[in-house]
Amino acid sequence: MLAPATHRLETSPLRWLLPLAVLGLVVLGWDLVVRLNDLPPYILPGPLRVLDTLIADRSVLLGSLMVTLRTTLVALALAAVGGAALALLFASARIVEFSLFPIAIILQVTPLIAIAPLMLIYLSTDAAVLTCAWIVAFFPILSNTTLGLNSVDANLRDLFRLSGASRLQTLRLLQLPTALPYFLGGLRIAGGLALVGAVVGEIAAGSAGQGSGLAFRIVESAYRLNIPRMFAALLLISLAGILIYAGLSLVSWLLLRRWHESALGRGN
Amino acid sequence: MTTLIDPPAPVPAAEPPGAPLLTLAGVGKRFGNQVTALEGLDMEVRRGEFLSLLGPSGCGKSTALRLIAGLAEPTSGHIAFNGERAGKASSTHPSVGFVFQEPTLMPWASVFGNVHLPLKLAGTSRREAEPAIMEALELVGLDGFRDAYPRELSGGMKMRVSIARALVTKPRLLLMDEPFAALDEITRFKLNNDLLDVWRQLNCTIVFVTHSVFESVYLSTRILVFRARPGRVAAELEIDPAQPRDEAFRTSPEYAALCRQTSTALAAAMNAG
Ligand SMILES: Nc1ncnc2c1ncn2[C@@H]1O[C@H](COP(=O)(O)OP(=O)(O)OP(=O)(O)O)[C@@H](O)[C@H]1O
Ligand SMILES: [Mg+2]
Repeated sequence: MLAPATHRLETSPLRWLLPLAVLGLVVLGWDLVVRLNDLPPYILPGPLRVLDTLIADRSVLLGSLMVTLRTTLVALALAAVGGAALALLFASARIVEFSLFPIAIILQVTPLIAIAPLMLIYLSTDAAVLTCAWIVAFFPILSNTTLGLNSVDANLRDLFRLSGASRLQTLRLLQLPTALPYFLGGLRIAGGLALVGAVVGEIAAGSAGQGSGLAFRIVESAYRLNIPRMFAALLLISLAGILIYAGLSLVSWLLLRRWHESALGRGN
Repeated sequence: MTTLIDPPAPVPAAEPPGAPLLTLAGVGKRFGNQVTALEGLDMEVRRGEFLSLLGPSGCGKSTALRLIAGLAEPTSGHIAFNGERAGKASSTHPSVGFVFQEPTLMPWASVFGNVHLPLKLAGTSRREAEPAIMEALELVGLDGFRDAYPRELSGGMKMRVSIARALVTKPRLLLMDEPFAALDEITRFKLNNDLLDVWRQLNCTIVFVTHSVFESVYLSTRILVFRARPGRVAAELEIDPAQPRDEAFRTSPEYAALCRQTSTALAAAMNAG
């Protein structure tokens, strides 16, 4: 009985309307709180005020959005290439995996915010922010792709062996396609994390940098007690996160829609 | 290695049918330290025969088939191939087709792509391989599904794709692990007959694992009944290869008698365990 009901929900417009309605209610509540308590904008600006600021300061804020987005995407691309390449190296020689994986884990479990100031000493601001974003994006791609490369169906591997497949053929025709969905899953996690990394890097750089990313705008606005602009910048960061996630989901869907369970519509 | 000094091995056709192709002597296979899948297995595979391995679940039939294919090494005893000690897979083995107990298809490739695989690995392009692929697909009745993906097929259809993939290279030795277990009876009968046709046409050797007494009697020229714990051969039955295999045979008293005989041997093997 549960399955048909779930299925109906999945395809009906309610799936989109409900979260939008909830979001609308939250914004309305926010507006009411501000109006009823007569809160001044430097304590809590109302949603309309934030929107006004966004439009008024659009040239500064959109410029910052572009900077943060570019840092995030460059870091993500470098993490994707580096993570996938290292995973391939791991898969070809276990000894490399044993030697390097612990280091990757140390890098992963050390809080980024604690590393960022160090990075800023040795690197230029831009490079430090990029490195911060790269470090956090790298690990999920590495670990997911490694998992994927090790998840090859044992019988298929035997079949390749029986057919006299070369190492390269096995890699190209068997291991890479098996690992692809795992890699794409890692990429989606990494997209969100790269944004977090970029924001952390920018905040650590703070007013020291001439950096003009969104997080830098938040710090700057906080100094100037320009609270509406902080909210506007925050809104844009959320928007950037949503855009990245949606873009990566689309890429994933396009690559997997013919065959992978995750990309298939249910029941039709 | 040795082939550089020795004269080339005689062409298969020159060998008399019935000569041993493969001999397993005192073969044992253990997994870890606890599970003994096979112990003291003596058997041979003869050129051109249709050999069935029949036995209860878990008695080591799949394991034996993997050893024959060279996909696993015995932990004791040895496997001689055509009189020679077998080394790595492929070096001394003829072209082998293997049908796994599960369909084992690549989910990212179409039916056509899956059947193409063994030829592709041997360097044959899509275009060159197409006639052979379509022939194999027609044989299993799936030529209309060449562009479908495995997820769009039923369990039995996937299994038939897997069979087509094993046939596409026209192997000299065809190893099949319960290939028809998931099929309905009518499809099963049809594929039984198709398989017999393939066997005659290719003039190949087939080792066929099955749970079904009726299927083994219908298809085989020889049946090895396995017993479990440890897995080994408990009984052997020969069936006249000259006997035509058709619907008349399926309903004949000889068939019934052979089935009874095989069932008795199987029951004895299961009680012995
Ligand atoms: N890779 C493995 N690791 C450990 N034990 C194994 C492995 N493969 C098989 N076995 C064990 O070996 C025994 C024989 O297994 P096998 O798969 O050969 O049986 P089978 O005769 O093919 O059974 P079925 O008819 O159910 O397919 C079983 O007890 C099984 O648990
Ligand atoms: Mg089995």
